[in-house]
Order: sequence, then structure tokens, then C-alpha cells
Amino acid sequence: MSFDYEKYIRPGKLPHIWCPGCGHGIVMKGLIRAMDALGMKKNNTAIVSGIGCASRLPGYIDCCTLHTTHGRAVAFATGIKMAKPEMQVLCVGGDGDGVAIGGNHFIHACRRNINITYLIMNNNIYGMTGGQFSPTTPTGAKASTTPYGNPDPPFDIAKLAIGAGATFVARGTAYHANQIEKLLVEAIRHKGFSVVEILDSCPTTYGRRNRFRSVVEMMNNLKEIAVSVQAAEHMSPEQMQGKVLTGVLYRDNRPEYVEEYQKVIEAAQDFAG
Amino acid sequence: MEKRLPTIEINEKYCKGCHICVEFCPTRVFEMKGFIATVKNQEACIECMQCELRCPDFAIKVLP
Repeated sequence: MSFDYEKYIRPGKLPHIWCPGCGHGIVMKGLIRAMDALGMKKNNTAIVSGIGCASRLPGYIDCCTLHTTHGRAVAFATGIKMAKPEMQVLCVGGDGDGVAIGGNHFIHACRRNINITYLIMNNNIYGMTGGQFSPTTPTGAKASTTPYGNPDPPFDIAKLAIGAGATFVARGTAYHANQIEKLLVEAIRHKGFSVVEILDSCPTTYGRRNRFRSVVEMMNNLKEIAVSVQAAEHMSPEQMQGKVLTGVLYRDNRPEYVEEYQKVIEAAQDFAG
Repeated sequence: MEKRLPTIEINEKYCKGCHICVEFCPTRVFEMKGFIATVKNQEACIECMQCELRCPDFAIKVLP
């Protein structure tokens, strides 16, 4: 059954700016299907983004959207959620926007456990600005600023989110297109800060410097490295070398920030009489 | 009974020629014509919707 994406896309905005073979389009399709499955209302949904390729996504979706400064998407989203708690707030961004420049906002939103869903499209590089290495570029990988290989060890965004206190953490890939929708549905339903990391491909700035000869080769690489949480239970540490866990990695229940803050307001009002 | 064929619509203005539909179609329905994907073998389509699901450019629609 064909899905009508057009009803969620602003008229005249397509074709999008992403390069041929960029996985961001596949992730955007997953997000639109998740919004449709949840019956999210366009005027009660806010999508917030920072700067970068992935952050262009809200410009195409027909709902309340906000394109903010680099890395500050979560900070703006926190403001929206505090002012309008009834609104569904989603944050989207790339790896550089989320965990490098916006790393501080990211960990503190995790700590507060505010009811926002953060979709991070991790393509291992700063694509828009010309292929500089990001905190998720694997060790040894080449980027425009590390022509002899990257010496830094990469961040594991999911582990960072769990460590900082996010209460729902999931990971998918752009290859597993149906899983993106399912993970996002679960993340949006979850009450608390939920992080969904989608491993993505950047053929233009990452692939051509790192011996991926085509878009399809990059997509197949995502298929090969992904191991579901269920399958990983039966695998040895040697077999898990070079693989990445996908699926729902962590789920917890903690008090939600907006509700906790409401208690502070009530206590202050009681005190003031 | 004659087999009912689905309609495969490719929006040429949206297609960027990334080869994803050509490679991931299990029955090899598509081929590249220059930089644009075209339908080569419509009879082979099994309506698995892989092309529509994976096309990053919103260019393919498979209608029954």
C-alpha cells in the first residue's frame, strides 16, 4: 500500500537539498510514517533543529517548526516544552550538532528527563561544512581535516545518553527503514527524554574519502554492522567486534521534568500565599 | 485471468540517481537512464514496496 508522504510535506519544498544517496531522506520518511501512525496533529507538534544537513529536515515537514542556532536545538525545545507542556516536541539534528557543539545541552536535557524526543542522524562527519571530522568519526577514518586518519576515539551516542540519564535510548540504521518508524513511535510515546540514534550514510563527504565506492556499498555496510539486541544475546564478544547494537537499548522510568517543575511552582505559590 | 500490474510512478524532478532502487529491487524492475532511474521491467514488480520505502528523494510511488 502506497503511503502518501505529500500530506505532511510543505507544498513546493521538494526536491530536498540532500545529496544523492544521503540517508536523511529515508529517516525523514520514517519520521513522517511515525507521525501518521501516532495521529500527531500538525498544529500540536513542534519539530526543532539546529544547523547542519540533518537540521534542514523540519523545513520540509508541514507542522510547527523551528530552525535554531548551531547545537542549541535541545535548549530551544526545552523552552517550548516548558511554555506549552501539551505540545509534542521533537528535536532533530546530526551528530556534530547534537554531541559536539550541542553536547552540553544534550547531556543536561538527558539529566533533566524532559519529555522531548531527540532524533540524532549520525553520519560520522560534518557533511554540510565540507567533511570535517566529528566526535563520532571512527578512529582511523579520513575526513577533510584528518587526511592521514582520525586519531580520536569516537563517542558512543547511545552510551552517552544512558550515562547522562535519558530514560529511553534506541538505535537504528538508515538501511533498516521500517525499524526507524517503530523506534520513533516507541520513543514519542515514552514519557521522558528519549534519544533515537539513526546510523546514516554520507556518500559525498565520508564515503568517497573512506573507500566506499557507491551509495549502495555504504547502505550494505550499515546492514552488515547492525546486530539487533535480541541477536546479540547469543553472540560472543569476539563475534561482536566491529558490530553495532540496534533496537531499544535502554528504558527506565523517572520523574518527568515539566511535572516536577510544576510542583516547584505550586510550592512557591503556597509560600507566597 | 490476466495479471494486474501496479503503476510505478517516478518523479523525474525529484530523482537524483543514487541507484538505491536499482540495487534493492529484488526483481530488478529499474534501470538507470543517464542520471535518472526508469522502469525497465514493470511485469516483474511484486509490489514489495522496497523502492518506495528506500528512495531517499520521495521520487517513487507504487500504486495498485
